[in-house]
Amino acid sequence: MNISRLAKIAAIVVLGIAVTACGTSRKSTGDSGAEVVEQGIGADENAEIDSARTRGIGDSESFAGNELDAPSGDLLSQRVIYFDYDSDSMREEYRPIIEAHARYLASRPDSTMTLEGHADERGSREYNLALGERRAMSIRRQLVLLGASANQVRTVSYGEERPVAEGHDEASYQVNRRVEIIY
Amino acid sequence: MNRGHVNKSMTNRITAVAGRTLMMVIACALGWIAPTSAQEPIRITIESGADAPLPIAVVPLGWRGNSAAPPIDVAGIIAADLARSGRFSPMASAQMPAQPTEFAAVRFQDWQRLGMDNLVIGTISQTQPDRYDISFRLLDSFRASQLTGFRIAASTANLRLTAHRIADIIYEKLVGQKGVAATQVAYVTSDKAANGKRTYRLQVADSDGFNARTLLESPQPIMSPAWAPDGDRIAYVSFEERNSAIYLQNIRTGAREVISAGPGINSSPAFSPDGRRLAMTLSRDGNPEIYVRDLTTGSQQRVTNNPAIDTEASWAPDGQSLVFTSDRGGGPQIYEVNLRSGAQRRLTFNQSNYNARPRYAPDGKRIAMVTSNGQGYQIGVLTLSPQSFEVVTTARLDESPTFAPNSAMLMYTTTGPAGTELAAVSVDGRTRQRLALQRGEVREPAWGPFRE
Repeated sequence: MNISRLAKIAAIVVLGIAVTACGTSRKSTGDSGAEVVEQGIGADENAEIDSARTRGIGDSESFAGNELDAPSGDLLSQRVIYFDYDSDSMREEYRPIIEAHARYLASRPDSTMTLEGHADERGSREYNLALGERRAMSIRRQLVLLGASANQVRTVSYGEERPVAEGHDEASYQVNRRVEIIY
Repeated sequence: MNRGHVNKSMTNRITAVAGRTLMMVIACALGWIAPTSAQEPIRITIESGADAPLPIAVVPLGWRGNSAAPPIDVAGIIAADLARSGRFSPMASAQMPAQPTEFAAVRFQDWQRLGMDNLVIGTISQTQPDRYDISFRLLDSFRASQLTGFRIAASTANLRLTAHRIADIIYEKLVGQKGVAATQVAYVTSDKAANGKRTYRLQVADSDGFNARTLLESPQPIMSPAWAPDGDRIAYVSFEERNSAIYLQNIRTGAREVISAGPGINSSPAFSPDGRRLAMTLSRDGNPEIYVRDLTTGSQQRVTNNPAIDTEASWAPDGQSLVFTSDRGGGPQIYEVNLRSGAQRRLTFNQSNYNARPRYAPDGKRIAMVTSNGQGYQIGVLTLSPQSFEVVTTARLDESPTFAPNSAMLMYTTTGPAGTELAAVSVDGRTRQRLALQRGEVREPAWGPFRE
């Protein structure tokens, strides 16, 4: 969890580049995660993904300082990403973790990962199943932008069906709104 | 007034509900009779009553058999069914002035004096070790006449069902619409063992919670049971293969088939009213869209095509359109799509920023949904003509509404101190009841069709 200030600065710089790259390649549709708009990591978008990936690989070199302060092993061991209420946007604090996993996947093209999307219990179950998928897809999109190959990352949603905390309060909801990274 | 059925633990309290004051009556726990199987039944508590439930006395049936008492209390089951409908206020047997079993023995003036409009009397006779004849008469106390009466043969195995059918005959005669006591409910339970492992079960029980049988047991979650209109098959979603997949199971034979197990979400199965088509949500093309599969030909039609979430389809009774949840406008709202023209329109324009999981009433007059105005999640009912919207429940985490086949009541999931429980409410919100399992969680009720 302890990320040095240098790492944070580096992360913010990289973030800026990534966001710029993202902005040039696809439309942004505002906040609250509405950018999920048809990502379709499919064949017809390969050009966009390739360009994004190229940038991601370039960035990783200027990011070497990060690994000294926070060994990538530590980052790779962090495998749960939490989300804000009704949001599928990745919080900035998780960017170094996702970058580490993206680098790992990029360096081992044969490795694969499953992203399990989860929601808290509020509202309708089937709708929450869709929200869980949206969260998993959001993280997958980040991984692909940062260098992973789309076919290395499988997504599955459990909606609200597998909570880690079973209370009916915000403290439980916070840890249930998550994407779990499983190798 | 005659509230003889309410025991000493009865409490009255005045509660404001949606700007309206209702008398909340915690009545005695009904239907709490030891079952013949080891399965623990659902305990039902009526929490509020209709404004003017009809008084009725279901007199314990006379017994003519080899043992001291009949295997089950048929009159008690009938009375509990009538009470659960919210339309009746059955008299406790201990309060009855007499317990006649023959028409000639009824002193109508005694019942008139107590305000008992109607009276049910009868006998249960053992004809063979495992066979019974039940005869009953529904009487009008003030006219001193019989309204209806039947003699019905039953086996030990279907005595409870026979009692439910009698309750439905009485209900239909006095209320003028079909009763739902003899129907079944499918639902999902989740039990946690001492080692923390969960077991999920898809079960079907009688509408009073008795006679529960398990259709599927799995260490992985089960969701979204949906009845075929023939009452013989149930579609559902199971995660047993580590992703959501839609299955269709024959509830008599247990045989099942996979309907959809593609990449992404496979969810929200819903049978068309004629049983030939199945609507479902698949995200195989990148995000959740609604599809309709012809179960005979296997052909599949994509109904929505939108980058937002489209899910939770429910059929209009004429089979011409679907209602569904979409967040294409920002938050989840209810939309309708005409299957022939493809035209889509938004249906919900109430104050709520969250309307999801619509369910069309079988009579086509209403659509129930999960709604939120920021203060938790309740069940809302949209009446279509003239249009009005009413929130009919009051808890904080209510979900999964399902209509009774007579469209008069809704069952739903509510979260109580012990976890999720089933509850039922009349469509006007006036009668509510909780159906509590003794342990574990129970949720996602799907009310089955009328049984022929």
